[in-house]
Amino acid sequence: MRQAIPILATIALVVVVAAVAALAPKETPPDLLSQLRERYSKRHKPSVDHRRFTQLQKKFKKPQEVTEACIGCHNGRHIEVMNSNHWNWEREEYIQGRGVVYLGKRNAVNNFCLSAQGNELACAKCHVGFGMTSVKTFDFNDPRNIDCLVCHDGTGTYAKASNAGGAPSPGVNLALVAASVGRPQRSNCGVCHFYGGGGNNVKHGDLEEAMFEPSRDVDVHMAVDGINMQCVDCHITEKHMIRGQLYSLSSMNRNRITCEQCHTSTPHENELLNEHTLKVACQTCHIPVYAKVNATKIYWDWSTAGKLRDGKPYRETDAEGNITYLSEKGSFRWAKNLKPEYVWFNGTATHYLLGDKIADPSQPVVLNRLNGSYADPDAKIFPVKVMHTKQWYDPINHILVAPKLFAPKPGEGAFWKDFESLRAIEVGMKERGLPFSGQLGFIETVMYWPINHMVSPKEKTVQCSECHTRHGSRIANLNDFYLPGRDYLPLVDRAGKALVTFTLLGVLAHGGLRIATSLKRRREGQS
Amino acid sequence: MKKRVQIYTGFERFWHWMQAILVLFLALTGFEIHGSVRFFGFEEAVRYHNIAAYLLLALIVFAIFWHFTTGQWRQYVPTLENVRAQLEYYVFGIFRNAPHPTKKTALSKLNPLQKITYFLLKVFLFPLIVVSGLLYMFYRYPTRYGIEAINIESLRFIAIAHTLGAFLMVAFVILHVYMTTTGETALSNLRAMITGYEDMDEPEPAPTAQEVTQP
Repeated sequence: MRQAIPILATIALVVVVAAVAALAPKETPPDLLSQLRERYSKRHKPSVDHRRFTQLQKKFKKPQEVTEACIGCHNGRHIEVMNSNHWNWEREEYIQGRGVVYLGKRNAVNNFCLSAQGNELACAKCHVGFGMTSVKTFDFNDPRNIDCLVCHDGTGTYAKASNAGGAPSPGVNLALVAASVGRPQRSNCGVCHFYGGGGNNVKHGDLEEAMFEPSRDVDVHMAVDGINMQCVDCHITEKHMIRGQLYSLSSMNRNRITCEQCHTSTPHENELLNEHTLKVACQTCHIPVYAKVNATKIYWDWSTAGKLRDGKPYRETDAEGNITYLSEKGSFRWAKNLKPEYVWFNGTATHYLLGDKIADPSQPVVLNRLNGSYADPDAKIFPVKVMHTKQWYDPINHILVAPKLFAPKPGEGAFWKDFESLRAIEVGMKERGLPFSGQLGFIETVMYWPINHMVSPKEKTVQCSECHTRHGSRIANLNDFYLPGRDYLPLVDRAGKALVTFTLLGVLAHGGLRIATSLKRRREGQS
Repeated sequence: MKKRVQIYTGFERFWHWMQAILVLFLALTGFEIHGSVRFFGFEEAVRYHNIAAYLLLALIVFAIFWHFTTGQWRQYVPTLENVRAQLEYYVFGIFRNAPHPTKKTALSKLNPLQKITYFLLKVFLFPLIVVSGLLYMFYRYPTRYGIEAINIESLRFIAIAHTLGAFLMVAFVILHVYMTTTGETALSNLRAMITGYEDMDEPEPAPTAQEVTQP
């Protein structure tokens, strides 16, 4: 009987362990991914063939005529577009500590080309309209100026002209494009969103021309060798209201796209990983690097702008072809295959608006602070690209200033024509109705760009030990909580090590003494 | 006159050696999670540590049950009697080949210092490690989806308490392993824990462990 006890005990232990394992909660059925794959693999089939419509079978002299033809059938759609940010370049936002503001490309300041206002002829190349020469004079109530084609072109031949306030390039065959319209493709969205800031991948880092036809390594969702999803598959659009927003301009936790909307908040088989989703955004682990194919701009120095060679503007490029100096814009630094930086983010942001006083000019000015902390129940750790810039400010009024950059010809004060910063800023600030002391200084500014695209295949996911490590943790800067593997109380660790060391030395000394005295006794016994 | 006496029953030996293996394994994986050593890799260390923790919990449940049903818990009731003599033995007597001040019998296997040590182990160190370990395992980050009252503000104090327990346990294990060599011979205690039997001076017939466990 006594001999049976260890055997019985072992069996009982095994039973207990098996019971614990069996009672552990089960997660999402493993076939969710297959279901999603199937759903998004279905090709979108257009419901009609626009080539057969006589309204479109004519020679369009002006792009506005195309829009009239669209509205002729698509009754009321223009009203939806005219309610959108793509058209208004502005939306009502509530900013904590500040109240309701109207914020958008019309009035925002950033640390790339600084400000669109006053430079509409150039910047409005990416406005969904025609004839935006100035936000002050543009008729936001005239639906004929809506550019339907830039989003709905199915030929890939539609293009907007440079420095023309959003007008199409003269060479575009409007009838051909109009007959091809359909659901927006990656190419429609990318033509603007991949080139923000004046070149490929300048702004986002995770949105660039490699995303037109990405491989699975670049983006698992949009991969042409994968499920080949389109932007609008996630950016679900109803009545021309596109889901998703970017915190360079947005402030409120609304209208966001989440991975969870398809994948649920507990997508892992491992319960320990599912727990992470309470405090860690999916993107944090699943986008280990961004700017995977082409470099993104990470530093911009406006203070070197305006240098001329033989009286002419010039450019310098690095070995990879990235522009490192432009007389118009200054010096840049680029980087590829970047590890994101990480911040707590609860979905709300505060913004520096043009005219705001800078409290401490010795510190970098954060243009869009992402709110959140460990203690904030809505906040999660998100990956971001951090853009650093040295830009002009007014050291007397303590405000950021923005120059007039573009004008069709020299002599109007535009920096890109005349290369005189003082005058360009005078003109720019006057156009905005903001004060300028006439003194110029430079100040560091910071912008946070949440990284949401370029999701890697799961084999390339960030590993546990990349954060849970004492040295070089990806989230070494997030110090308002205890992270196992990274953190410890030095006092306890020092005291613990001392205790273990003294114990070890103590038993060695005691044991050594025992051996020595026993040998001595033996010798004395023998003698 | 020496007599072979069973001093550890089968369950005690099973319990002891399982506990030894689990504690050492938990120390290795635990200090890897803590960032002190690298062996399995963080992810595997966490997985193994959790599995071993459940095994240890099950073992503790069985051990507690055994101690109460057999009455063996009385072995651990601390006493101040002979503490001084026992201390003096370890500090002086042991070097002079003096006899052990307390007799080890199946009825009273632990000397007064052992009683105090194991008592503290059972009422302080194991509870510290187990409670902080369970809180660690079931810790939920502050969230609004749950019962507000059980949201713990920070893992920090749980983790630090668990780490403190781990250091104390490692120090205990070192001391414990060394102390096994202080029996009649250097290996007699170890042999007893393996075979269950030890040769003992028996001036008068003592009850066997079997009789003790069946009062």
